[in-house]
Amino acid sequence: MNSDKLTKTILFSASLLVLIVAAGIMFSLIGGAIPAFKAFGLKFIITNKWNPTEGHEVYGALPFIAGTLITSILALIICLPLAFSTSLFVAEYFRNTRVANILSSLVDLLAGIPSIVYGLWGFYTLRPFIVNLGLSDQGFGIFTSSLILAIMIIPFATSLSTEIISMVPDELKEAAYSLGATRLEVIFNVIIPNARSGIIASYILALGRALGETMAVTMLIGNSNVMPSGLFGAGNTMASIIANQFGEASGLKLSSLIAIGLILFAITGIVNSIGKYIIKQFS
Amino acid sequence: MAVNKIPAFIDNIDGRNKKNKLFLGLVIAMSLLTVVPIFFIISKIIINGIGQINFNFFVQTSPDSLQAMTAITNNETIPGGIANGIMGTFLIVLVSSVMAIPVGMMIGIYLYENQDRRYSNILRNITEILQGVPSIVLGIISYLWIVKNITNGFSAFAGSVALSIMMLPMIIRSTEETMKMIPNEIREAAFAMGAPYHNVILRVLIPTGFSGLSTGILLSLSRILGETAPLMMTALGSSVINYNITKPTSAVPLLIWEFYNDPNMVKLVWSSSLFLMAFVLTLNILSRRIAAKRKIGKKR
Repeated sequence: MNSDKLTKTILFSASLLVLIVAAGIMFSLIGGAIPAFKAFGLKFIITNKWNPTEGHEVYGALPFIAGTLITSILALIICLPLAFSTSLFVAEYFRNTRVANILSSLVDLLAGIPSIVYGLWGFYTLRPFIVNLGLSDQGFGIFTSSLILAIMIIPFATSLSTEIISMVPDELKEAAYSLGATRLEVIFNVIIPNARSGIIASYILALGRALGETMAVTMLIGNSNVMPSGLFGAGNTMASIIANQFGEASGLKLSSLIAIGLILFAITGIVNSIGKYIIKQFS
Repeated sequence: MAVNKIPAFIDNIDGRNKKNKLFLGLVIAMSLLTVVPIFFIISKIIINGIGQINFNFFVQTSPDSLQAMTAITNNETIPGGIANGIMGTFLIVLVSSVMAIPVGMMIGIYLYENQDRRYSNILRNITEILQGVPSIVLGIISYLWIVKNITNGFSAFAGSVALSIMMLPMIIRSTEETMKMIPNEIREAAFAMGAPYHNVILRVLIPTGFSGLSTGILLSLSRILGETAPLMMTALGSSVINYNITKPTSAVPLLIWEFYNDPNMVKLVWSSSLFLMAFVLTLNILSRRIAAKRKIGKKR
């Protein structure tokens, strides 16, 4: 009996680790960001200058917050029709067929490719393609990054919405068919209204993925620390400025980078929580 | 259900059928477009990478820029390989697995055993938040905790800590899900025979859920193997094979990043990416295979 109690205590103390790690992350990020916020105040978030010259040091997170939000949302918009079609293909039109299985495993493969490999492919294939189209001189920039992000988040947007679309009860669909509805009408009048919140949640979670992506974006966005000038202009995201400058940073610059990490942590946390909340309401 | 909107009796069946077919065509075209990139990516990497892959590639350490340049001007294959990266990845991933897997499994079992407690729900929510933390933020954390305070410099251990925080939530969730699949009768039978609790866990729950647990472990490994950003801030990289976890260490993704930034070594980028991708995708597919088999087994 005593050994049972010991086992339970061990299991419980293991669970404390999650709390300690989570609290530690919050504590360290906030602690590390304090000098930056002390120096610049809350204006840090809306300042659009990033000047590391000694004596004139000014750091602001706005260009990077904008870069992250623009690339991620654009990626989501590009990914939407693709992911939605794929989930209809797998969960409705060709449900439980061999070709649907193959398609969904291919899409799953996309999730397995490391970020840095996406970056390489983007740099050597996608970037010259953008240049050839005459969209931009160098091929770096917001649009190129969004395109690669869109490919990267397709599997996340697809897998969950596939599951949710396949959960719509057959009785409802059959009722609509019996009234003479075509398949298209069933999809738009029965399936989508029923699965709406779940589908939206899966796209929100995919957005959460895009926000934190680092390497692929770092290799494609052009890394200029200014507000993005347009769709094909260069920019920088929160994750990529950290990846680029963390190694040589110290003092106020280091603290500013940690502050950007804290903001990134907060934004992804909020986006993911909204997605998870909708999913919980749904099930 | 907006069924009233269905215009079933409006006599325009031809137009509706046409729209229906058009939409089906659109869905098929878009779905095919979705999988086009995967063929492009994989073929590009295989075509460019296969030429550099030979025995030496796996047993020699990475060349320096000068060696690579001489080889290119003499039209030879670049000497050296990625042995330092392979050993580094192995070391870093091994240490993070040792830290994350046992603890993660314990927490998963705890959550399963105390399903409806308030504490468990809080724990689940925090685990979900941890799972969503971008890997670059974990890099910052491990830099602050380990690089600055424990190893006093970049180290393999710091990389392992960052990756183990990434792994932990995945292990916790897959363990809990697996435990839920195990029929309660099996547990009860073990308890009824008077087995102590730790034996029920070690001899009954874990062996029964083995395939589910290994799926979760393999998937999480395939996720952390390709991580680059957190390692740049923690393990840094090294040109020699290093077995000391308190010293800077290379890893395959770190080498790819170095090769990418050095114009002389660009050729090596493809072969190392090919190696990394093949390795990660094998783990990924293997884990899905195990998961699929388990599903079929359950139906019987």
